[in-house]
Amino acid sequence: MDFQQVIDTDGRIEPRDQMPDAYRQTLVRQIAQHAHSEIIGMQPEGNWITRAPSLRRKAILVAKVQDEAGHGLYLYGAAETLGVDRAELLDLLHAGRQKYSTIFNYPTTSWADVAAIGWLVDGAAIMNQVPLTRCSYGPYARAMTRICKEESFHQRQGFEAMTVLSRGTAAQQQMAQDALDRWWWPALMMFGPPDAASPNSAQSMAWGIKRFGNDELRQRFVDATVPQAEFLGLTVPDPALSWDGEHHRSGEIDWTEFAEVMKGNGPCNRQRLEFRQQAHADGAWVREAAQAYASKHRPVA
Amino acid sequence: MTPVQAYTLRLGDDCLVLGQRLSEWAARAPTLEEDVALLNIALDLLGTARSLLGAVGDEDALAFLRAEPDWTNALLVELDNGDFGRTMARQLLVSAYQVPLWAALASSTDPVLAGVAGKAVKEATYHLDHASAWVVRLGDGTAESHARVQAGLDGVWPYAAELFETDPLVESLVQQGITAAPAVLLPVWQQTVERVLAEATLTVPESSWRPTGGRSGRHTEAFGYLLAEMQHLHRAHPGASW
Ligand SMILES: [Fe+2]
Ligand SMILES: [Fe+2]
Repeated sequence: MDFQQVIDTDGRIEPRDQMPDAYRQTLVRQIAQHAHSEIIGMQPEGNWITRAPSLRRKAILVAKVQDEAGHGLYLYGAAETLGVDRAELLDLLHAGRQKYSTIFNYPTTSWADVAAIGWLVDGAAIMNQVPLTRCSYGPYARAMTRICKEESFHQRQGFEAMTVLSRGTAAQQQMAQDALDRWWWPALMMFGPPDAASPNSAQSMAWGIKRFGNDELRQRFVDATVPQAEFLGLTVPDPALSWDGEHHRSGEIDWTEFAEVMKGNGPCNRQRLEFRQQAHADGAWVREAAQAYASKHRPVA
Repeated sequence: MTPVQAYTLRLGDDCLVLGQRLSEWAARAPTLEEDVALLNIALDLLGTARSLLGAVGDEDALAFLRAEPDWTNALLVELDNGDFGRTMARQLLVSAYQVPLWAALASSTDPVLAGVAGKAVKEATYHLDHASAWVVRLGDGTAESHARVQAGLDGVWPYAAELFETDPLVESLVQQGITAAPAVLLPVWQQTVERVLAEATLTVPESSWRPTGGRSGRHTEAFGYLLAEMQHLHRAHPGASW
């Protein structure tokens, strides 16, 4: 079967299969961006590990940040099946030439942000990623299957942490509401621009990389999340939010904010990238040592 | 607090403080594999700490509401991470001590310690393998890595002696078969550490300075900052649940 036949019959493309260059490039860009998001995402949450308010929460958070590093590994591995290597992709990230999710350019200024990220950001990630388990590219689809299991665990833990806060002291409730106020709109933006303004979406759909439009996935997220906010007794920061008998319809998203964060002007773009660059530079001597050791001790053939 | 509880708390404090230190590496490791590994080790230590603290009292009250003089961890685990070489050198010294300690405690007459140690010995064996492999790679890697890990080792080395100190509490527990004598653990530790350092082409440091005080609550300056960071949120909301 040639590439188009595989796509038309909803089959899987594997690394050795013939594939159009544009398909390969689209996948490399998307998988790399996804991998970068996993590792940049370790920062805002890692920010609270040393300050977690109970040992149980500390353990949950350490495990979660560790999972995100693991997700990065799976995804860089999937990208490598397309003929690029991790070091090269990291260089592109560090040079600002490849992107990561805009959501991680917002600061985590309170403990409730950790809970809100689990609930909303992992929640939105699941909406986006579950369809990717049926992506036409086999290694990406399989990586997503593993990742989605862990993301849904993160989402449940986040929601549970949020539940405790919203049933807690007045200060905790306020913390929870404040986190929802700050994370709600950025979470909606995680689904990307409206379909009409998303030029590459149609081609990705035709290739079986993308299965649903941005707007449809966003709507599913809103429908799933608004009742959860109600359950928590928290107010979604959208005065225009309404129920049309079938769906919870949100108000207008401020796409100028999204465009600014994309451009590098979010509150933490510079901080996140500099942190990564610094960690990478600080680790250079260690990676060099590992390489030098390996070549000294390479078994003689 | 009973003598066994006081001793259990020492071991729990070692694990909690080292776990806290290692978790500071989150998202900063030299490779993604190391991000996974360091957090994995931090998580193991945190888990062991929770079991031990939980056997003594309320784990969160013990972790978040004790002031510096009430902590009885060894000074070695509270030292700042420094670079990756220092962190791995410290981990080697600690894990080479914890492996024979947990192995001995697994047959302790105290059921709590025996239970915790049975699981912890497997984890510590992995921590020791991991740290040893890195110390060897760094020591026998490049000139820079050799110099860095040697410097890291030199910095943490004097603090290892405290792990093998004895006092009336330890002596009474040794007599009751609850724990192993430090004098029995020390040669095992020495053998492990010297073997790894030899393979790493590193020099065994010599030091006549033996800083001490952790077991009686006299800590380093760095420890106050560690506690301030770890405890501030919990303390800012008295009585809250999380
Ligand atoms: Fe993830
Ligand atoms: Fe996640």
